[in-house]
Amino acid sequence: MISASLATVAYIGATILFIMSLGGLSHPESSRRGNLFGIIGMTLAVLATIFGPRVTPAGYAWIIGAMAVGATIGLYAARVVRMTQMPELVALMHSLVGLAAVLVGFANYIDPAAAGQFTGAEKTIHEIEIYLGVLIGAVTFSGSIIAFGKLSGKISGKPVLLPGRHVMNLAGLLVVIGCGGAFINADTVAEGMTPLIVMTGIALLFGIHMVMAIGGADMPVVVSMLNSYSGWAAAATGFMLSNDLLIVTGALVGSSGAILSYIMCRAMNRKFLAVIAGGFGTEGGKPAAKGGAAPAGEVTPISAVETAELLREAKRVIIVPGYGMAVAQAQHTVYEITKFLRERGIDVRFGIHPVAGRMPGHMNVLLAEARVPYDIVFEMDELNADFPDTDVAMVIGANDIVNPAAQDDPTSPIAGMPLLAVWKAKPSIVMKRSMASGYAGVDNPLFYKDNNRMLFGDAKKMLDEVLVALKS
Amino acid sequence: MPLVIGIPAEVAAGEKRVATVPEVVEKLIKLGFAVAVERGAGAGANCGDDAYRAAGAEVVDGAAALWSRADVVFKVRAPSLDELGLMRDGTTLVAFVWPAQNPDLLQRLAAKRATVLAMDSVPRISRAQKLDALSSMANIAGYRAVIEAAHAFGRFFTGQITAAGKVPPAKVFVIGAGVAGLAAIGTASGLGAIVRANDTRPEVADQVVSMGGEFVAVDYQEEGAGVGGYAKVMSEGFQKAQRATFAQQAKDVDIIITTALIPGKPAPRLITAEMVQSMKPGSVIVDMAAEQGGNCELTEPGRVVVKHGVTIIGYTDLPSRLAKQASTLYANNLLRLTEELCKTKDGVLDVNMDDEVIRGTTVIKDGTITWPPPAPKLSAAPPAAASPKPAKPAEKPKGHGHGGGEPPSARRTAVMFAIAAVAFWFIGASAPAAFLSHLTVFVLACFVGYMVVWNVTPALHTPLMSVTNAISSIIAIGALVQVAPPLMTGAADRPATWILGLAVVSIALTTINMFGGFAVTRRMLEMFRR
Repeated sequence: MISASLATVAYIGATILFIMSLGGLSHPESSRRGNLFGIIGMTLAVLATIFGPRVTPAGYAWIIGAMAVGATIGLYAARVVRMTQMPELVALMHSLVGLAAVLVGFANYIDPAAAGQFTGAEKTIHEIEIYLGVLIGAVTFSGSIIAFGKLSGKISGKPVLLPGRHVMNLAGLLVVIGCGGAFINADTVAEGMTPLIVMTGIALLFGIHMVMAIGGADMPVVVSMLNSYSGWAAAATGFMLSNDLLIVTGALVGSSGAILSYIMCRAMNRKFLAVIAGGFGTEGGKPAAKGGAAPAGEVTPISAVETAELLREAKRVIIVPGYGMAVAQAQHTVYEITKFLRERGIDVRFGIHPVAGRMPGHMNVLLAEARVPYDIVFEMDELNADFPDTDVAMVIGANDIVNPAAQDDPTSPIAGMPLLAVWKAKPSIVMKRSMASGYAGVDNPLFYKDNNRMLFGDAKKMLDEVLVALKS
Repeated sequence: MPLVIGIPAEVAAGEKRVATVPEVVEKLIKLGFAVAVERGAGAGANCGDDAYRAAGAEVVDGAAALWSRADVVFKVRAPSLDELGLMRDGTTLVAFVWPAQNPDLLQRLAAKRATVLAMDSVPRISRAQKLDALSSMANIAGYRAVIEAAHAFGRFFTGQITAAGKVPPAKVFVIGAGVAGLAAIGTASGLGAIVRANDTRPEVADQVVSMGGEFVAVDYQEEGAGVGGYAKVMSEGFQKAQRATFAQQAKDVDIIITTALIPGKPAPRLITAEMVQSMKPGSVIVDMAAEQGGNCELTEPGRVVVKHGVTIIGYTDLPSRLAKQASTLYANNLLRLTEELCKTKDGVLDVNMDDEVIRGTTVIKDGTITWPPPAPKLSAAPPAAASPKPAKPAEKPKGHGHGGGEPPSARRTAVMFAIAAVAFWFIGASAPAAFLSHLTVFVLACFVGYMVVWNVTPALHTPLMSVTNAISSIIAIGALVQVAPPLMTGAADRPATWILGLAVVSIALTTINMFGGFAVTRRMLEMFRR
């Protein structure tokens, strides 16, 4: 057993380690150390709590048992998950934090030992904290489950827009506030339980509804937003338990997720509220705004062998990967091709759009998995000016992020979204399974441009063929 | 019984091209056709009879046998009168026909109840580009024009500093930046020359630069793009300014390549005898408009002449001088056309007059003259020329600074501060001290998080999310303290089982996160290597 002061000091140490952990991620070199800091901080915090004054030895067996189960599942999941499935895994994990926040909130509420020490305004604030913690936790939980379903393809990625959804949300909010009043004024635990449960139910429905209404292309925003929520849920729990470590950590995670959401929204030129309000182009045009003239003209197909020839004769190549590369698991073949070309002295670089893939940084992780050196992987702004000097720009399973309509057609639902200007390259080659439009449901005039070639087929299969042709 | 596509040998003097090559024969057969080739048809383009036979074609002796055998005839040049005599009634003919220049030929073909598709009449819309034989021939002609010029020119194109002295680079001036002009610009700059180019359509300036040339503008405001992306006749004032520009260039450059053509009109006279006179001795002019009368006054179509010490090349058969390449590209154009005509791939032609491309190309349908077609609606010229709209500059990167984006206006800041002040006053007035200390921690932590996270490189956003996710399982502490707290008061009515159950489940859930999150982050970060 250690004293309360010692536990508090350990918490301060853990806080610092967590901040250093996030700071470490500013560069790949220091990132592994950052993760290590996080692990140490977490270990410190958990041990200080277990051996601290607020846990008696009677609970050790329970704690060890629960942690053993959780650790086994967690480590197993971390080992077997494929890098392409990262967004799903992260979404699922957010749901666990949300659920835990709900359970902790309930447990705290029914515990007279926790509530009994407060009176008057303190009691009210404590109850508000419980209420908020459960609310945020429930929204995070159900929202993350739906996000997981959408990302893993178990639920359609299309936005589900119920009629009068804003009215429904507003009504839900009013009921939640009403229940909150009843909850705070309740004299006994049994009396407060009903409004708390009603609110939890509404919050769960709201989480489902909110994520269902968000289109697949906005998934990076959703995932980072839920990340943020899980942080706020932890912070609310911290207030409830008067635990500064929880508050600080929750605030760190919450603001981290909020910033990521903001970065993603900016990368799509969308307003955060518009994304949350759901659907695509809610202000004005319908989801599939076919207002603008459909791009006319003919697409020019190209074969894998011809692609290989173009690549072999190029001096500068930029590869723009998208979700299609992830789906087809083509990142390793991409790297084989890259390696081959680089050995020939051809300058190969990767251009990553901020919202490529289904979560922030998704493409970087896939390329890193395939051992593509990160110093040839660039952000959109870093190489957008270089396309005119590029001999071949190869787009692998991306669509909306290279759609010139966002720039040229002000009526397009994706108007104003920053783009990778692949059409400025001498030829651009787009690898795609079919002519279907991207997640945003917008037709892509790039395909019809004179200097664009289409390589139809599964990205992995076609790239394998390109590689064979290159090596022959 | 599949239709037979016949490929006769070209009869025009000096024509070395052939309408199809062995590689394309195979593809035509795949579309369901049979192919017959006249013996020796491909000789000028290095395509032997054996190669055609190997590709699956039947080699036929003599033009008469071929024409009688063929249901569809692919040719390069329009048929001669002799060939017309050999042609069966109802044959489909695909060739360069030039219906505007050859009304007589059109009448004769109509009398044969033929169906004629003119490769020179393919509409200039983007969908038809793959069968635009004019462009593919112009591309070759532009290349060959530079080669001819280099052949006649007595110096290097590229500048060199050698032990034997300094060689200045040749200066090439290209008039007309259409397909041929752009090909010439690319070829000449590839050889190392300094290339300048002029066109009446200012929107092609970018294309000139992209091919390695420098755009020389005529200092006069007038819109130069006509229907279908071709040039049009310019006003007198413009022409005067243009002549001044050209006269100036003529004095400076070594080689002039002219490609200026206006559809249905004689070629504009752009290079006067005085300009030729002002050029340096040994200079070369390649007049690619020679067939339409020439852009240079002194051009003699089909011949090379030397006047005032300047070699003036007036060849009208530049594509034929690159016969193998020209035949291959033309054959591909014809193949694309055949694909359009035979979408079912069963060896039957369907001349679908509702299709804009086929409608435009078809000049005679079953003996009825259908030329000229209704005007195409789309112009190949970029619409930007009609409504000048400055290209929108790419969105400036806003940089990953703190609070990126523009600083908010003073008024908005003031309003936000006011709201924040009211909120803080309300909290300060009503909340107990313990809550305030937590609030302080919370607000400061938000700011710390904000500062730290902005520095995270975008490549690591996924690891950032998984590590923050792992860290957010700190909520486990909330569950830990509920498992078995030291009890002081009111222990009697505590629903201990319930609390224990909830807490244990919470611990298990968050531990999944804790271990899984850190482990998966570690796995990801291991992969980030230089």
